[in-house]
Amino acid sequence: MTATVPHLDSPARPPQRGGAGRPGRTSILTSPFLGKYASVLITVALLVAMFSVGAGRYDNFASPQVVLNLFVDNAFLIVLAVGMTFVILTGGIDLSVGSVVALSTMIAASLLQTGWPAPVVIVLVIAAATVLGLLVGLMIHYFDVQPFIATLAAMFLARGLCYLISLKSIAITDPLFTELAQARIQLAPRISITPAALIAVAIVVLAALVLKYTRFGRTVYAIGGNEQSARLMGLPVVRTKVLVYTVSGLCSGIAGILFSFYTLSGYSLTGIGLELDAIAAVVIGGTLLTGGTGFVLGSLLGVLVLGLIQTVISFEGTLSSWWTKIVIGGLLLIFILIQRLLTRRSRTSSR
Amino acid sequence: MTGLVHRRLFWPTALLVALLALNIIAEPGFASVRLQDGHLFGSIIDVLRNGSPTLLVALGMTLVIATRGIDLSVGAVVAISGSIACTIIAGSPDPGSIGVVAVAILTAVAVALVLGGVNGTLVSIVGVQPIVATLILMTAGRGIAMLITEGQIISVSSPAYQVIGGGFFLLLPVSVLIAAVIFAGTALLTRKTALGMLIESVGINPEASRLAGVRSRSIMMTVYVFSAVCAAVAGLMISSNVTAADANNAGLFIELDAILAVVIGGTSLAGGRFSLIGTLLGALVIQMLTTTVYSVGIAPELTLIFKALVVVAVCLLQSPALSRRLARPRRLTPLTKEVVS
Repeated sequence: MTATVPHLDSPARPPQRGGAGRPGRTSILTSPFLGKYASVLITVALLVAMFSVGAGRYDNFASPQVVLNLFVDNAFLIVLAVGMTFVILTGGIDLSVGSVVALSTMIAASLLQTGWPAPVVIVLVIAAATVLGLLVGLMIHYFDVQPFIATLAAMFLARGLCYLISLKSIAITDPLFTELAQARIQLAPRISITPAALIAVAIVVLAALVLKYTRFGRTVYAIGGNEQSARLMGLPVVRTKVLVYTVSGLCSGIAGILFSFYTLSGYSLTGIGLELDAIAAVVIGGTLLTGGTGFVLGSLLGVLVLGLIQTVISFEGTLSSWWTKIVIGGLLLIFILIQRLLTRRSRTSSR
Repeated sequence: MTGLVHRRLFWPTALLVALLALNIIAEPGFASVRLQDGHLFGSIIDVLRNGSPTLLVALGMTLVIATRGIDLSVGAVVAISGSIACTIIAGSPDPGSIGVVAVAILTAVAVALVLGGVNGTLVSIVGVQPIVATLILMTAGRGIAMLITEGQIISVSSPAYQVIGGGFFLLLPVSVLIAAVIFAGTALLTRKTALGMLIESVGINPEASRLAGVRSRSIMMTVYVFSAVCAAVAGLMISSNVTAADANNAGLFIELDAILAVVIGGTSLAGGRFSLIGTLLGALVIQMLTTTVYSVGIAPELTLIFKALVVVAVCLLQSPALSRRLARPRRLTPLTKEVVS
């Protein structure tokens, strides 16, 4: 399949759809093995380099618990990055995830406060976030609104609904939630992991399998490669595009629940800027922002890189927290430049 | 042609008038403007003054959007320019002197030129999508602003600096005058020279414009630099108005307000044709909306829900798919879309 798409695309160069310019999208699919994985390999190298520098500089850094804590502290971000990967693979973007996480924690906390049973609350929260994602998807598709602006509206709406529920932080005292928040699964003496981290890893595995082996997953890649070609091939473009935003909503809902396990509260102002972290993780993980190429596992690596930056900064002690933002911005810049170089080189080599 | 312009500006004008009417009903003294100590005072003047930074940012955003781009970094640039100016003034031995204030302002604007240049380079020369290119500065920019202020809120007591955001000149607030001058200058430059048409042509089809001899790259570069400079001036106004630089909260979400103002003003996010008057009306609508929420007595936090509903409504009204569905052929959208679909 990947071999036929570029032939449809490259010689005639059909007019591109409106919106952001997307030059040379399909070409990286034709590039050799290394080109496809180069970006991920750089991420792996970066991860290893950062970890060895940390291990060399600080005592107690090179312990398994530090690695596991990357998963524990970023479980919600891992799930968010999974949803964002689906969206970005189709060439879209979802700016609403941060405020949907906040909305999920608010709905969960307020329902639990009024005495709803925890399992029902969890199902309801995830369903609400999924429906919001579905509505965004429908708006993008049926009214031809740009993903950027539709998810921006959803971002406003979700944040506003948070304020509508409560301006103050609501503590969660439900026994199931507190139990899950404090639960530690012992892997070895003094090495443990939380259920939330395991859920996040399970979702990554599930998403990777869906993308690789299901018809839906292949269609996601095909749309990102070239939407017109995908449509001409008879693939269900409409359904898949709407589904992708629904998946992102679903992931935001799950991430919101994991986040409320982590903080045991609902607060309207949580998750400001979380969407940027998720996008950064996906990009650093090697997914092309123009769509069509990328891996969920790469996004997991991207989250680990972001988590490691924070860990190093906290181990360093003297560096202030704002360095995190600057370093993430710098990394994002470097990876986007690498992406451009890779696509440009593979485009010239495929001609 | 006049019918088209009329229709484009009809909705924002109607929205503005409706909000104004609502305010006058809720608070009969809303429209009154009184003269006191040689200054004009009144709710309308407040709307104009508080709306000036949004208008400036939206002005830069209009030109960026007209080239089919977007600039998400304006909020960060607002924070950076305020931080630079306040840090320089607070660090000088004589904060009140005009020389120090001038140096602070010039430094802030010069840094904005560089930041806009970075955005422009990434978009026009490297060829990164505008959302992504400006996302980098949006993420890193607040960190840079905090680096400048060292995480503190820098407050300044400089009468000369305070003039920008809080002073009056010829009866009117200085910030309104600055915004008006920059607005008029931009309108003249884009509408009385070919620049506006060139910007629109780049937005409609960058490749065709390049083949027709338009220097797309330098035009893109120019609009991003212009947007950053507008944001920097807005940052100076905001920090001068509150006499402090807050790296965390200055200009937070201003990019969304600016995009909203542009969209309400009838400029299509798909690029091409733009309307500066529309953006002016859009910025006033945004500011009126915020004021209305306060004066009608709704919790201010609910502004976001209103804004979300306005974005959705405006997008649906602009949506070519909807107008096709209503079977009313309109030519508001750029030609490229119709060719494709």
